Amino acid sequence: MKKVYQWFLAIIATSALITACGDGDSKSKKSTASNFNDAASKVYVAPGEHDEFYAFMSGGFSGQLTVYGLPSGRLFRRIPVFSQDGEKGYGYSEESKPLLETSYGFVPWDDSHHPELSQTDGTPDGRWIFINGNNTPRIARIDLTTFETVEILEIPNSGGNHSSPFITENSEYLVAGTRFSVPIPQKDVSIEDYKNSFQGSLTFVSVEKESGDMDIAFQILVPGFDYDLAHSGKGPSHGWTFFTCYNTEQANTMLEAEASQNDKDFIAAVNWKKAEEYIAAGNFTEMPADYRDNSVDHSTQIATSKKMTSVRVLNPAECPGLIYYLPTPKSPHGVDVDPTGEYIVGAGKLSADLTVHSFSNMMKAIDAKDFEKEIDGIPVLKYESVVAGVVKQPGLGPLHTEFDGQGNAYTSFFISSEVVKWKVGTWEVLDRIPTYYSIGHLMIPGGDSKNPWGKYLVALNKITKDRYLPTGPELAHSAQLIDISGEKMQMLLDFPTDGEPHYAQGIAADVVAPNSVKIFRLEDNKHPRAVKSESEARVVREADGVHVYMSSIRSHFAPDNIEGIKQGETVWFHVTNLEQDWDTPHGFAVMGANNAELLIMPGATRTLKWVANKVGVYPFYCTDFCSALHQEMQGYMRVSPASANVPLTATLGGRSFDTQ
Amino acid sequence: METRSRYLLIFSSLILFVVYFFPLWWISLEAPQYPEGIKMYIWVNQITGESENTIQNINILNHYIGMQYIEPDSIPELTYFPWVIAALIGTGLLVALLNNSKMALVWVSLLTILSILGLYDFYMWEYNYGHNLDPKAPIQVEGQAYQPPFLGTKWLLNFKATSWPHLGGLALFLSVIFGNLLWFTELRKKKA
Repeated sequence: MKKVYQWFLAIIATSALITACGDGDSKSKKSTASNFNDAASKVYVAPGEHDEFYAFMSGGFSGQLTVYGLPSGRLFRRIPVFSQDGEKGYGYSEESKPLLETSYGFVPWDDSHHPELSQTDGTPDGRWIFINGNNTPRIARIDLTTFETVEILEIPNSGGNHSSPFITENSEYLVAGTRFSVPIPQKDVSIEDYKNSFQGSLTFVSVEKESGDMDIAFQILVPGFDYDLAHSGKGPSHGWTFFTCYNTEQANTMLEAEASQNDKDFIAAVNWKKAEEYIAAGNFTEMPADYRDNSVDHSTQIATSKKMTSVRVLNPAECPGLIYYLPTPKSPHGVDVDPTGEYIVGAGKLSADLTVHSFSNMMKAIDAKDFEKEIDGIPVLKYESVVAGVVKQPGLGPLHTEFDGQGNAYTSFFISSEVVKWKVGTWEVLDRIPTYYSIGHLMIPGGDSKNPWGKYLVALNKITKDRYLPTGPELAHSAQLIDISGEKMQMLLDFPTDGEPHYAQGIAADVVAPNSVKIFRLEDNKHPRAVKSESEARVVREADGVHVYMSSIRSHFAPDNIEGIKQGETVWFHVTNLEQDWDTPHGFAVMGANNAELLIMPGATRTLKWVANKVGVYPFYCTDFCSALHQEMQGYMRVSPASANVPLTATLGGRSFDTQ
Repeated sequence: METRSRYLLIFSSLILFVVYFFPLWWISLEAPQYPEGIKMYIWVNQITGESENTIQNINILNHYIGMQYIEPDSIPELTYFPWVIAALIGTGLLVALLNNSKMALVWVSLLTILSILGLYDFYMWEYNYGHNLDPKAPIQVEGQAYQPPFLGTKWLLNFKATSWPHLGGLALFLSVIFGNLLWFTELRKKKA
């Protein structure tokens, strides 16, 4: 009996030990706090101090763009781009609504993937940032003096605008490749007829040098593959843009198996300077197309939506030298060009190796006509002739590569959940670091440009699980900051992100911060419904309803009492913020509004539409805490029955304003 | 008139030109939520700020405590003071040309009296702005006046207000000092 008892004790002790070890094991997999003594000081930005870099992260299915500081990981701003944002009245105010117009009508949401900073001489210049909308193909331009969306251009003849915007080295063009091929032009056709009826398109969008205004320069019709990602060349390869494509099998169903059959898919190399020659020579077709170019007028801050009716289309079969296919193993995802412009990294996401092509090899192969075959008039170059090297078995599921400007490349591996550092040229693996969990894109500030700021790397992870306090089934995505300034990578910081940040771009703060606008000059406000002083406030009954020309300044609206509105009428509140001091926005909200509030920056005018559905007295107030008397910043509007004889009046204190 | 006196008179007159190019006085307001500070400049003919909107922004702050709006257009001194200075420069140079000792001493006396009156006038404007408060002001602190300091620093509620002469004011000061040296040079001559 005693022996049995001893055995029993031994078993308990052993299992306790095993449990303890197991626990220890799972902890040692993650980095514990004790490893981070020195990491903490590296990410600490003291109160009142500024971060060294801006990081612009795509919002993914939020449709927006977020602005973070590095190395702190602090969130500064959420810039509304493709989705309505009640907080700012974006997509709700009359001024901003036209930005979200498309050929399908008002589309107040999209899936934003890839931010891309404007460049001068291959270096981010901090003027604008562009981002694609994947679902209803669009590209947006955000002005980095105001951090506001100022233009959205729809891309016609496209489905799934994923390989976009990926700029050229002097911001000549943005690109937009179809992830989902579609019938071009659209028509009613059986999906089974994919191989015959579906095509891809590679769109080149010009960016006007001074204004940044985007226009579709031309489109190239290409075989119906899935054009996944892109990057434009730089230095010697300037003039070319590279697009990865998968589904060269041209499957239209069950792609996870059907599109993974070919041993090699392609990187499409497009010679856009050649395209310019063909366009100049008139060697294009003017094709009817229906799309919108929406932009904000600088002086009125009013967006208008312009209906566009045609595009210039190039057919590769009629344009020799325009496109070549570079065979690349196993459904390549990311395509990244190193800072010298010589190497083109193709991340075959189902391949065990990482393929690197050489631009100079490619040019030699083109000269020697080293073609394997042709697809719809597009020569396929021989793999052996273009490949520069292979990074052997670096990890599983390679997706994206960025560079540090010191001759090193950093590739994200989704399946093995890690970042691998390797040497460009020798293709040897130098270091690896796990990420939590399942990294997608990664970002080094300037890491896809000629001049990376190779100090930090941000891993943008797809899966979060236990990294933060739980918030129910829906969790924030996770970013991780890695120090890459030394030989070994060092994990510094985890921070949650907004939506799903696919790609991100980073830039030294001192390139952007000095140009940041503090106020809009009231004097320069050319909004036709602006009031420049309280004395211009008035209420005017027009054919489409009652227009209230209102001003806001600490701490009152003028007028703040309005009477004589009739039931059923539409009221248009045109609110001008008369403030001219830094950080003095005023909000404007009316009870029962079917849209949102207005958030009006100093010197700006915004318009809220409000329908008087019910008789009564409606309070309105300032929503953005503006001063010691913010709570007093309120007013009333009286709505009377349509038959009533209440005269239209607008007052403030003892003052009466003009009414007509 | 002594040659030395004539030089002093010419210097004392010409240095007054500085007031057309630089402010007479500056007043700054500092508070935690104004990290860049608010600076106001008082010129012989205008009131300006660090930015084109400074006066509006100061007025917005002042309305909480019921101070009058600063409206440069309604301050008559800003219209006639430039002419007073111009007259002083003109007559000063004329006296130097005429080389008249008695007129020179009269001029110096005039300069000194006008300068003191100017300072007193400035002080009175400050006093009025600080004490003449709107009885309906939202923020009323018993016994609190908001007169900015004449020289130096003073706390006005959450604001640290500082006031010092600017280059124009210094020039005026130097003009008075050098002008008054005439009393010594000219009277010593008389004794001799």
